[in-house]
Amino acid sequence: MEVRGALRAYRSLLGAQARSQAAYRTSFVVDLVGNLGATVFDVVTVLVIFGVTRELGGFTLRETLVVVGLSSCAFAAADLLVGNIERLPRYVRTGLFDAVLVRPLAALPQLLLMDLPLRKVSRAVFGLAVLLYALASAGIDWTPGRVALAVVAPPAGVVFFASVFVTTATVSFYWVDSGEMANSVTYGGRDFTSYPITVYGGWFRALFAYGMGFAFVSYHPALALLGRADPLGLPSWVGWASPGVAFVAATVAALAWRVGIRHYRSTGS
Amino acid sequence: MNVIEMDGLRKEFTVRVRAGVLRREKRTVTAVDGVDLRVERGEMLGYIGPNGAGKSTTLKMLTGVLMPSAGQARVCGLRPVADRTRLALRIGVVFGQRSQLWWDLPLRESFDLLRHVYRVPAGAHAARLTRCRELLDLDAFLDTPVRQLSLGQRMRGELTAALLHGPEVLFLDEPTIGLDVVSKQAVRGFLAELGRAGDTTLVLTTHDLADIERLCRRLVVIDHGRVVHDGSIAELHRRYGSRRMVVAELDSALPEPPVLPGAPVQRVEADGRRLVFALERASVAEVVAGLAGLATLRDISIVEPDIEEVVTRLYASERKGPLLTPGV
Repeated sequence: MEVRGALRAYRSLLGAQARSQAAYRTSFVVDLVGNLGATVFDVVTVLVIFGVTRELGGFTLRETLVVVGLSSCAFAAADLLVGNIERLPRYVRTGLFDAVLVRPLAALPQLLLMDLPLRKVSRAVFGLAVLLYALASAGIDWTPGRVALAVVAPPAGVVFFASVFVTTATVSFYWVDSGEMANSVTYGGRDFTSYPITVYGGWFRALFAYGMGFAFVSYHPALALLGRADPLGLPSWVGWASPGVAFVAATVAALAWRVGIRHYRSTGS
Repeated sequence: MNVIEMDGLRKEFTVRVRAGVLRREKRTVTAVDGVDLRVERGEMLGYIGPNGAGKSTTLKMLTGVLMPSAGQARVCGLRPVADRTRLALRIGVVFGQRSQLWWDLPLRESFDLLRHVYRVPAGAHAARLTRCRELLDLDAFLDTPVRQLSLGQRMRGELTAALLHGPEVLFLDEPTIGLDVVSKQAVRGFLAELGRAGDTTLVLTTHDLADIERLCRRLVVIDHGRVVHDGSIAELHRRYGSRRMVVAELDSALPEPPVLPGAPVQRVEADGRRLVFALERASVAEVVAGLAGLATLRDISIVEPDIEEVVTRLYASERKGPLLTPGV
């Protein structure tokens, strides 16, 4: 009963957000198209690179597209659902955060639903289309295990990116002027996961791929789907680890949010 | 029964101050410095203090927005931060410079949404809304998007929004700030009505002492995070020697302001034909008798003490006191 009431409350918040955005209909349509830009660009970049080379870090175009598809699908969906949490400093400044805290609902879902950027739907749809095309054309030897992985890996990637968004946003609980620092991790992570990690080198690869876990969003699941051995030598089961990694990331994000909210300082008056 | 209990409530903030080109120093600022208070059901409590005295910070700790650094608070028997969502169902909050309303939607829709957010039965919600519509005159702008409302209209909307779930305690942070006279009257009248009904506890911070005089029997003055007065307005006057004034209108101006024992001249107005005396030790009769010997009196009036002046004096005496805390 309690849970159903809360769900209905969240649903009405979502409805209100949709109606608010409908108040600016033309600009919404323009945004919907304009938002495609960045995501399309990621794919175009890969195509351009393959215009001058036949392989990228040991991967063909069709193989690389699986990596790109997993990455942009996961990032676009996470950006749609949770990406606006990067506006936390603004919520603090305008008092929305205080307003949300005095209501009988959890703060994070309220903020996400009240500022859900519906115009980003177009990106998520495009990301999914790229992934489906890549999976269909990569010549994958479909086993039940690989089908299951193809179904589980994208949502795991969404959860992973969403956790990154939330964790980096909590920095602004301590440091309101954290500025673009969070972006270097979130958008940096998206760019990192768009290519086979073999193209990166040294400590940078170690940090992003395994220190932060970005290798589990697209690289390792892609290897497992394509049935390729990891050129870097990790065993093949690692490709199935992405849900576990996503779970760990979500736990870290939830903790960071809980601790952050207790450090929240509000603003004057 | 106490609805609100604060024991040694304290909030410190660490701020970084520039101490050189690159060097920054950490400094701890105490916004609320050990506040103990009890508020009973149905009380109307006025919470006043200068800017930065810790009023809003206290309210934010009571509503679960901010975590206290030390001490504890109970509201409706709940711990504000730990039981935040449960407490939210039982309190109403109006932050004068924040909004609970949906900017791009008609006011009416915000009220509908809050019904779902607070899970209020439709009947109870409708009854409360009808009452607010009557008392606050909302009908004219119920279908206007909130972003197009005037500040006064919006504030009436905020008050309604805070009351639709029937809260036991209503916290108001500067509810009349920036309002015109008419809207101020409307808001005060509404709150007074709410207080008369007696089942809602009201805690109000304000800059505007008229709010307090009109609404609150109990007044808590806070300065530098500490309670410096807790009692009625009359007690405040007694304690801090606020003075009644005698205004004397003379036929013609005196060459220089007269010196009357126990009643110094506060102001000389109307080219010396109006004199304002503060009653310190002298009585009204003594002032009149003293003046009668010097000039022809046209009119005498007595002005009751102004709470604004009392509070100014209170802050001044606080600052000179031994418990001086460095300001921000």
